[in-house]
Amino acid sequence: MIEFLIPLIKVILALVWLLLLTLYVADWVERKESAIIHDRIGANRASIFGLRMIGLFQPFADAIKMIFKEDFTPSFSRKFLHSLAPFLSFFFVAVTIAAIPFGDTIRIGSRIIKLQVLDINVTLLFVLAMMSLGIYGVILAGWASNNRFSLLGGIRGAAQLISYEVAFGLSLVGLIMIYPSLKLSSIVHSQGELLFGFIPKWGIFLQPLGFIVFLFAALAETKRVPFDLPEGESEIIGFYTEYSGLKWGLFMMTDGMEIVIVSTLMTTLFFGGWQVPWLQADGFHWPWGGEWFLASWIVVILQVLAFNLKVFFFCWFQVLLRWTYPRFRYDQLMDLGWKLLIPLSLVNIVGTGIIMSL
Amino acid sequence: MIEIFLVFLIFGLLGALLLLMNKFLGPSKSSPTKESPFECGSPYLQEGINPFPIKFYLVAFLFLLFDIEVVFFFPWALIFKDMGLTALIVMFAYIFVLVLGFIYAWKKGVFEWE
Repeated sequence: MIEFLIPLIKVILALVWLLLLTLYVADWVERKESAIIHDRIGANRASIFGLRMIGLFQPFADAIKMIFKEDFTPSFSRKFLHSLAPFLSFFFVAVTIAAIPFGDTIRIGSRIIKLQVLDINVTLLFVLAMMSLGIYGVILAGWASNNRFSLLGGIRGAAQLISYEVAFGLSLVGLIMIYPSLKLSSIVHSQGELLFGFIPKWGIFLQPLGFIVFLFAALAETKRVPFDLPEGESEIIGFYTEYSGLKWGLFMMTDGMEIVIVSTLMTTLFFGGWQVPWLQADGFHWPWGGEWFLASWIVVILQVLAFNLKVFFFCWFQVLLRWTYPRFRYDQLMDLGWKLLIPLSLVNIVGTGIIMSL
Repeated sequence: MIEIFLVFLIFGLLGALLLLMNKFLGPSKSSPTKESPFECGSPYLQEGINPFPIKFYLVAFLFLLFDIEVVFFFPWALIFKDMGLTALIVMFAYIFVLVLGFIYAWKKGVFEWE
């Protein structure tokens, strides 16, 4: 029974974490940050008993509003696929959260619990596979709507996603060469070691070029400005033109979840995941000598906090990018993907190989 | 392996719930205007799917080749540390062939969009 209960609790906790963060990043951070950039106040009308809390209730108000909207399936659409598309889009992005390590292990009684839902040997491949399958949501939405704008958005989305998928995969090869494992938990463990005795062995220090390629490819995978050609709010309305209510909401949620998932991936692969610099299982070991011993539960809390902090930072960073840059032209987008990122990632692989065999 | 079933089950159920929620909680009214495809406000010119440029097909085709190559890279990267110089030479040959095809596609103008 307990063998079943622990995974269940972990799945539900991960789900709640993902949904809450998605709500807040996609709604509250997005609105407030754009407001600050535009020098205005931003959404702050939602209140409970007159308490506005700088708009912190706004995401819930939006979610509740969306639940009570009409779900309209146009008669000219392919009905089954039309309903299936938002589900696929949501599902395949959401399940990737299961593979992300939130922390090391905690010990309750004699039981050791991993702070990760799914710790199979190929978690990295699992994440990549699921994120690629999310393309089906975009293509099906465009196709099933039977609308010219939707189809255009869907095809643009598909072409963009598959173009950047290659760079996305290739940028990680160098990383796998350094930490020879496809297990996210052991990749994070290897990042706890030190380089030259004082620099944490994080991916960003060992694979700077890989990180840059990964960053751009991941941003393109999230389909947001400056890579928002599938949606292109001001030119074509996007692959979800014919959607309404929560089906449209699922696409929006996918967008938000992609920000969160990409942030967790950047954190896990390139910024040490839950590792705090110089923090070992028994406390801090400063590079300049000296130690500061901490109880093991404090260490676990610090690690989980560090993970969350890094993820928040990257969520914030992506929203900042979205409100800073204009949209690419289509040829610029394709040029960046095929002519710059893929050659760069190949160079990265060759360079990593040469440096490692020296 | 119970985790993976749980993950798929719970996320699947949540997705299905979210899909169905509007059916029960939202209004449902139809009108002729609503039933016509969206065309930025103007009356729609044609219904349905248009043909799309062959460029997209070419990109999809190249993606297939390159993604398979990426898949080949992963197991090689895993054992690179143990194999050492042999792996490096093998990889050079492999990347050489890959880049050759890449340059061919580039020269053929697959990546040119106007």
